[in-house]
Amino acid sequence: MTMETPLAQVRGLGPAHEGAHHWWTERLTSVATFALFIWFLVSILRLPALDHRTVTEWLQNPLAAVPMLLLIVATFWHLKLGLQVVIDDYVHEEGGRFFSILLLNFATVTGAAFALFAVLKIALGGGAPHA
Amino acid sequence: MLVSILHRVTGVGLATLGALALVWWLMAAASGPEAYATFVHWATSWIGIVIGIGLSWAFFQHTLSGLRHFVMDIGAGFELSRNKLWASMTLVGSVLLTILFWLYILGVRA
Repeated sequence: MTMETPLAQVRGLGPAHEGAHHWWTERLTSVATFALFIWFLVSILRLPALDHRTVTEWLQNPLAAVPMLLLIVATFWHLKLGLQVVIDDYVHEEGGRFFSILLLNFATVTGAAFALFAVLKIALGGGAPHA
Repeated sequence: MLVSILHRVTGVGLATLGALALVWWLMAAASGPEAYATFVHWATSWIGIVIGIGLSWAFFQHTLSGLRHFVMDIGAGFELSRNKLWASMTLVGSVLLTILFWLYILGVRA
């Protein structure tokens, strides 16, 4: 006879060992990614060209650089959560799962860091490297 | 069933190839005209365009089936016929949006 409720007994038994927070954050980041990608596609398609000068001048505008930084954060956060579900579903062996989650975290943080740094370098670079 | 697994497949494609392309594009722009020219060279090659079309379709398919998930999250659209209809509509919609997207690019850039 246990004093635990049925819910308490099964809580955390799924492949991820946790639950609602991941689900909720995935929804939040998907709304953010959706809105920011509509902005991104409209902005990109409205640029007269996609050459180096046009793109860097566009990203020097704070009204482009800041949404772009937000897009990178939301997108990499969302894709990390999504790929984690795939790993939870298909990688069951303890060591393999640990390694996959480790790799996923390193890869997404590294990718996001490169993307964020690139936008900041363009935005804060003062427009010098056009010569 | 097909739309459900496509959501996952397109998500994995966007999260890997798509994310790499985004990082490459931004890093190339930050590195200077030469690095950017290398990116443009690859992006406008036939393999770059094939990947670009694939990524744009994956983006539209993942977005539309994602919106469908939101409708189902609020508990709507579970009747069999309506559920099947909207699942099919994400397939039709993603192909249409991909065609429109590339027609616009070709029309404006041509």
